[in-house]
Amino acid sequence: MWRWVSAATAGGVFGAGLLISGMVDSQKVQAWLDVFGAWDPTLAFVLGGAVLPMIPVWRIAARRKTALLGDTIPAPKAPRFERSFILGSILFGMGWALVGLCPGPALAVLSFGGTEALVFLFAMLAAMIAAPAVTRQIERTTR
Amino acid sequence: MQQDWILGLIRGLLIGSAAALFLLVNGRIMGASGIVGALVDGTAQDSKGEKLAFLAGLIAVPAMLRPFWGEVSVHLTPNLGVLILGGALVGLGTRLANGCTSGHGVCGLSRFSPRSVLSTLLYLAAGVITMALARHVWGLI
Repeated sequence: MWRWVSAATAGGVFGAGLLISGMVDSQKVQAWLDVFGAWDPTLAFVLGGAVLPMIPVWRIAARRKTALLGDTIPAPKAPRFERSFILGSILFGMGWALVGLCPGPALAVLSFGGTEALVFLFAMLAAMIAAPAVTRQIERTTR
Repeated sequence: MQQDWILGLIRGLLIGSAAALFLLVNGRIMGASGIVGALVDGTAQDSKGEKLAFLAGLIAVPAMLRPFWGEVSVHLTPNLGVLILGGALVGLGTRLANGCTSGHGVCGLSRFSPRSVLSTLLYLAAGVITMALARHVWGLI
């Protein structure tokens, strides 16, 4: 029960942050990536504001080792850079620039983004369903 | 302009606070692509309820707040081809990369994770190059 309340609260605060910071405005996101055009650097400060409180939080988490509800704090992943990981990061950046939405905002705008947001979301979900098979294929053919 | 930066920083804190809550209470990394991706590809298993609750908050709170926040608009392109291509690239890319702006960008950078630092640099660089080409060379967006 508390697990769900906490998760819904985290999702809600995240959604509120995305809404008021402009991360849900695709034109603002595209203006941030438009370094060679009419560049709007504001979102760099949003990212900075999001990263800053998390730095001490990771220290607390590392010291406690378990979360309040008893779960183990996820261990850091070994620094392996698979081909699928590199390729995925690049593909994500390309899609993010083309439309101006990343996964969090794509969900946060569901109630007011209209048909366009729905089309984007369905394409995103379909690709996510296909992703595990694509990952296996890439790692099989390149090793 | 300077005011925009300060406001941006303060608004960003809200996103970081959400990530802090999810980590310290639930012991989970707040990554939007990981949460929704694990639900749709069936790997969520025992954390399904928690992930659905997170999504419910993420969708419901902006719906409730939006009327009070100057009618924020998404300003999406009406070009269906671009929407589908962009959505597919974001969905596939974030799952192959194991994270997106929230997972790698917020939670990973703040942990100084080498994977997240590299992923963030790559998707930002790819985004800037794609924007330069698609907008200023091809006139697509």
